[in-house]
Amino acid sequence: MTDPAVPVEPMDPRSGVSTRAADAVAGAAVAAITEVTDRRRRLGWLFWLSLGWIVLTILAAIFANVLPLQDPNLQSATLNAGPSTAHFFGTDQLGRDIFSRVIFGSRVSIVVGFGAIAIGLALGGTLGMIAAYYRGTVDTIVNAVSYVLLAFPALVAVIAIVTFWKASLWKITLIIGIASAPLIFRIVRAATLSYATRDFVMAARTLGATSRRVLVKELLPNILPTVVSFSLIGVATVIVLEGSLAFLGLSIPGPTPSWGNMLNQSRTGLNTVPGQSNPWLVIFPAAAMFLFLITLNLVGDRLRQHFDVSEIKL
Amino acid sequence: MAKYLAKRAAAFVVIIFFVSLGTFFLVHLLPGNPALTILGPNANAHNIALIDKQLGLNRPLWTQYFIWLGNVLHGNLGQSFVTRESVVSTIAHAFPIDLELVVISQIIAFAVAVPLALTAVRKPNGRFDRYSTAGTFAMLAMPPFIVAPVLVLLFAVNTHIFPGPASYVPLAQNFWSNIHTMILPALVLALGSIVIYYRLLRNDLISTLQEDFILMARSKGLSDRRILLRHALRPSSISLLASAGINIGSLIAGAFVVEYLLQLPGLGYALVNSINQDDYVTVQGIVLVVAVAVVLINFLVDFLFTIVDPRISRD
Repeated sequence: MTDPAVPVEPMDPRSGVSTRAADAVAGAAVAAITEVTDRRRRLGWLFWLSLGWIVLTILAAIFANVLPLQDPNLQSATLNAGPSTAHFFGTDQLGRDIFSRVIFGSRVSIVVGFGAIAIGLALGGTLGMIAAYYRGTVDTIVNAVSYVLLAFPALVAVIAIVTFWKASLWKITLIIGIASAPLIFRIVRAATLSYATRDFVMAARTLGATSRRVLVKELLPNILPTVVSFSLIGVATVIVLEGSLAFLGLSIPGPTPSWGNMLNQSRTGLNTVPGQSNPWLVIFPAAAMFLFLITLNLVGDRLRQHFDVSEIKL
Repeated sequence: MAKYLAKRAAAFVVIIFFVSLGTFFLVHLLPGNPALTILGPNANAHNIALIDKQLGLNRPLWTQYFIWLGNVLHGNLGQSFVTRESVVSTIAHAFPIDLELVVISQIIAFAVAVPLALTAVRKPNGRFDRYSTAGTFAMLAMPPFIVAPVLVLLFAVNTHIFPGPASYVPLAQNFWSNIHTMILPALVLALGSIVIYYRLLRNDLISTLQEDFILMARSKGLSDRRILLRHALRPSSISLLASAGINIGSLIAGAFVVEYLLQLPGLGYALVNSINQDDYVTVQGIVLVVAVAVVLINFLVDFLFTIVDPRISRD
């Protein structure tokens, strides 16, 4: 990305632009370059804030049972109530505590999101490294298969499978994990390819390292930054996919709360008859999901810039 | 170039074959007996055998596949056991609604993303650029199933700017009420596209503006506006249009969600309804049609861009 022939000014990117304002073209070039180097140096407070939020959400999901929360399925007498000290986020149409359901509901998104990407990495990642390292027939075949699988729209495929094979947490995770493998394969393959012909790999092989050692000790550490940053964005994508399924009522069935099925349930709260709508049922799960998705995207994106991962052509 | 196109066409045929295979075996290999589903409480050995025979389920799987494929190629997707309606007519009724949604949403998306990107690149990393880049980044975290309920809450429940759920008016019946009902769902779909188009066009424009021919145009004394619109936008718009084609898969997914929420009788609404009624013939038909449509559009986009930009086929 950074062209070494162009002098990089170690100053604030905005002042870098203004000193050369006379020439907008050069200004644009400098801005683009200083922007990259500036971001490479430090991740910024927004990154750490986002990472903190992700960690907090995951901790809350893990320790939801221990936290002083109300039972997410306990039906109290107060239906469709607004936020109060008794119910921080109000109650749903069955009198269940929305605050508690939002926290317990994060479990589904987190398990499906990280679980599916882990499965996708195990399948697509391994195949991607092997295909890029050995090339040849194996590479050609797996590559062709990945193109075929990518052509199929993911949501439609997952909907179709879930229809005939009733949904449960593990099945959804497995199906989306397999569905994400082709894309992960393409990313890992492209990343591995860019290192497979470098001198240090050649050196390791000349020294007599086994293929397994080259793959694990030489190539894996180098592609890891790319894989990690794309994986975080992948987790966000999977969470959206599960959420869409849940919204259509096709993911994990109630009464188990999930952000997606809470939003599905909120449809009844969107009553156009005055006095019959419950906006809190929409706002809180939507906000929880939005915050989790935007922080995942932000952390993934910043890491990508930090490690200077250029946009790989897939 | 001919060789490249032949290769792409071969890939297209192979992909369509696998899509048809996938859709077929989806119904036949996954657990659950369709006969049981169709019969419900009336299931007994005799009735099951009868239905199996009627559906041809007693024949070898490969024979069944080719019979099914033959029917599909003749435009027969079967008949629903639940509604007794032919699947083709269900799809023919629902499809125009998805088409309209997608078209309106894309008009909105381009109308927002292109001017935004053009304004942003005038001062890359300037105030406007940073705000619009951050704003569109936030849209990445706003999938249709989050945005749609919130927008309905704001515009249909709290204020009555747009009609709420179940207020679909056919285009043929009343043009303006139809457009009025379609704007809110199209807006939801547009948000996802705006991010993609804005980010792509912005990055493309910034790199195009660093090229020699722009420097040449500038040294000729052309105005910024003319350089941006006449010299930079054109080469940058090719990948923009290509991404619009690739984006179609996620648009369809989003369309399903808004149709379900607003009860617009499109393909997504029909699909969810048939799933809830265990109407597997209709599900199979819709899945096949949507998958083929997505593959076809991607292929056509590929094909068009090979003609527009011959450099692609040399890769």
